[in-house]
Amino acid sequence: MMVSRQVLTRTSRIRASRARLQNRIAAAVIWGGAIFVAALFAWLMADILWHGWREISLAYFTQEPESAGRLGGISSILVSTGLILIVCLVSALPIGLGTAIFLAEYTGPEDTVSRKIRLSLNVLAGTPSIVFGLFGNAFFCKMLGMGFSILSGGLTLACMVLPYFIRIAEESIRSVPQSYRMGAVALGLSKSTQIMRLILPVAVPGILGAIILSVGRSLSETAALIFTSGYVDRMPESLYDSGRSLSVHIYDLSMNVAGGDQRAYSAALVLIVSLILINFITGLIGRAWSRRMISIS
Amino acid sequence: MSLWQKDKAFLFVLSVCASLAGVISIFIFFFLAKESVPAMAGIGLSQFVMDETWFASENQYNVLPLLWGSVLVSVGAVAFATPLGILSGLFCHFYAPSAIAGFYRSMVHLLAGIPSVIFGFWGLVSLVPLVARIHPPGPSLLAGVIVLGIMILPTIMVILDDAIANLSRLYLNSTVALGVSKWGALKGLILPNLRKQVGVSILLGLARSIGETMAILMVCGNVVRFPTSVFNPIRTLTANIALEMPFAMNVHRSALFFTGLIMMVLVAILMSTAQTRTSRQA
Amino acid sequence: MDITRNSLHLPKDAPPVTIPCCIKTTNLSLFYGKKAAFRDISLNLDRNSVTVIMGPSGCGKSSFLSALNRLSDFIPCCEVEGSIHLDGESLLEGSIDRTVLHKRVGMIFQKPNPFPMSIRKNITFPLREHGITSKRELEARLVQVLVDVGLWDEVKDRLDTSALTLSGGQQQRLCIARALALEPEILLMDEPCSALDPISSGKVEELILKLQARYTLVVVTHNLSQARRIATHAALFWVKDDCGCLVECGPADQVFGSPREELTAAYVKGMKG
Ligand SMILES: Nc1ncnc2c1ncn2[C@@H]1O[C@H](COP(=O)(O)OP(=O)(O)OP(=O)(O)O)[C@@H](O)[C@H]1O
Ligand SMILES: [Mg+2]
Repeated sequence: MMVSRQVLTRTSRIRASRARLQNRIAAAVIWGGAIFVAALFAWLMADILWHGWREISLAYFTQEPESAGRLGGISSILVSTGLILIVCLVSALPIGLGTAIFLAEYTGPEDTVSRKIRLSLNVLAGTPSIVFGLFGNAFFCKMLGMGFSILSGGLTLACMVLPYFIRIAEESIRSVPQSYRMGAVALGLSKSTQIMRLILPVAVPGILGAIILSVGRSLSETAALIFTSGYVDRMPESLYDSGRSLSVHIYDLSMNVAGGDQRAYSAALVLIVSLILINFITGLIGRAWSRRMISIS
Repeated sequence: MSLWQKDKAFLFVLSVCASLAGVISIFIFFFLAKESVPAMAGIGLSQFVMDETWFASENQYNVLPLLWGSVLVSVGAVAFATPLGILSGLFCHFYAPSAIAGFYRSMVHLLAGIPSVIFGFWGLVSLVPLVARIHPPGPSLLAGVIVLGIMILPTIMVILDDAIANLSRLYLNSTVALGVSKWGALKGLILPNLRKQVGVSILLGLARSIGETMAILMVCGNVVRFPTSVFNPIRTLTANIALEMPFAMNVHRSALFFTGLIMMVLVAILMSTAQTRTSRQA
Repeated sequence: MDITRNSLHLPKDAPPVTIPCCIKTTNLSLFYGKKAAFRDISLNLDRNSVTVIMGPSGCGKSSFLSALNRLSDFIPCCEVEGSIHLDGESLLEGSIDRTVLHKRVGMIFQKPNPFPMSIRKNITFPLREHGITSKRELEARLVQVLVDVGLWDEVKDRLDTSALTLSGGQQQRLCIARALALEPEILLMDEPCSALDPISSGKVEELILKLQARYTLVVVTHNLSQARRIATHAALFWVKDDCGCLVECGPADQVFGSPREELTAAYVKGMKG
């Protein structure tokens, strides 16, 4: 009796100490992994911040690039980027919003129509950006004869961001309380008024989020733009001109221009900071809008 | 116009938008297919696997080395990112104080928003020289795996983070009450139940990395060959398109569209597998 | 545009002659999927009456109201059988113009649901939708309905603040005002006081009594004493075999004073339900 109990306590003590050891090793590995990831991230950010800020001045934003971007600034590139973005949003927004409203208000999540549309959009969301580039080149540039132009680039990006935009916009429209809809129906309001005047305003923060996500994706995109909007770094004179986006500028400086690294760093910093700023500002606008809906109208 | 007619017109406009959005992917598919017809007819499908290598100016169009490059770098990246994703998920839920977990999550969120061209650039100027010091030349499969791994880490972590949150709500209170050690609980309850989500995140990570272009293009060296070590440069399908599209003509151009088509199909298969898996769980 | 007497039917179905009887349901049943919420309810709602519908929870009172103005069409899987006639026009056959129907038959929900806009817009926006655009007319109706529901003095200085800043009772009265502004003939109220404190609830009650002269009201309530105070007619619903049915209906005096059914007698004495 005594012996067996002693054995029992001994084995259980060994087991306990082994468990404690495993516990410690696991904790060390997990902390180690997290620190590794954080360190990689810090390295990346610090690298770009450190090398990037040196060349940044007011002149950098107001001058056109010279000597393939080694000198001068990025003014024409910012303009091109902005124009591409505008083309993208102007074409993606109406179609995206229309589709989102259709999916959210006229179909259930499990209807055949909406399932098919959603499947198609999911395929689109998964399509690699270089494939969009191929498509844009063949369709917009060649077939529709737009050539390497800001228009081609913007439209290609519009196809690319559409599925993301629709997904988020649809969710935010669906999440508008049902009581508004019922209240509107009971007052004999038409469905279109109901949607345009009541549901969309309530869904604005979500739709804004969708827009920002699209802007972020468009700003980040390179592969789809290289052979749609092209490389030309002059100030564009119309939407039919080729225009180099900021991301293509970074790519070109680092890969094709000897001694372009320094300026590539600066452009990378500008790109990252603008992405972060956009995110931040939308957060503020969204919150302000929600507050406005509740207090003064 | 009566309200009733107004509604009809409104719905009509919406359906036009929805059908337009719905057919884009089909349209892209057919367009790629149409553009690759000359290659399929002029070169013939057999050449795409029988030629010695991919060398367009000598009419050599073997896609296998490119495909192999894509597969290697993607699998490598997923192998690099998945363990880190699991660790990160566990870290945020069970090891980090909540402030640090929040910080870590927003860091991953930020990481997800960094454009691939910046990852590529950073890899080119920081990582590649480091790899070169270990084993020249530097631009290599290894560099691609690391850069791509960091890029897909957010995708993987977000899925696992959600999954772990669900599991811990289900199980953890009861196991803590049973006096199981922390690691014991994680090993016994969380990790085994995480298997499905890990599978899904691997598929999505693969889909994402197969399609990735810029970062790979910038750090992998882009030599067409079957690599024999991780320090060899490689060229992927995507990088190949980006490199050759600017000067490709006729059959060559068409061959590039054909590789684009291959990729679109590949990614669609991976995504839909992932999706059916997720929906089967729900 | 004549506001009160638009035909419900779209132009292609010529409207039948209107006769001055309000709503009449015959063997009305409503199903959610396979499950019946209520069955075979035949009820006449007279003009300028206040019909109170009582009954235990889940007996289909709300469902009945939603069938009366076809709000049920907006609930997934919901099917209505039987017939409903509004002034002799069938609501369930042929295609009707919903916007006209909903203007003629207003509905107040249990939970106040003002729109997230200003108090003024809450009332004028539906009016504009129904084709009233003159500023003067809009303003006149705004003031009139707000006075009618006794909200005017409370909100006249802040008509342009969001309706969501009002208290629950004020919100409910605003919703009533919003419905009244469309000059409906019939007003359906689903437990309009259950989310309100006794004082607000008293105000709504007074309002119902005042409205009786001009409108036909159907009020669902769980509050027996309130029912006695406001009803001209009363109906008791009950759950039998897991399905709602009508136990008794008639003038309030009869239902409360000398009920025909034992169940009703027990219910109005407060012994059951
Ligand atoms: N949208 C719906 N889908 C399915 N079943 C429903 C739905 N709404 C109500 N029901 C069911 O129909 C029956 C009647 O519901 P109803 O809301 O009409 O009852 P009620 O008399 O208004 O109850 P209460 O006094 O609690 O408001 C209930 O059994 C309810 O569960
Ligand atoms: Mg009810």
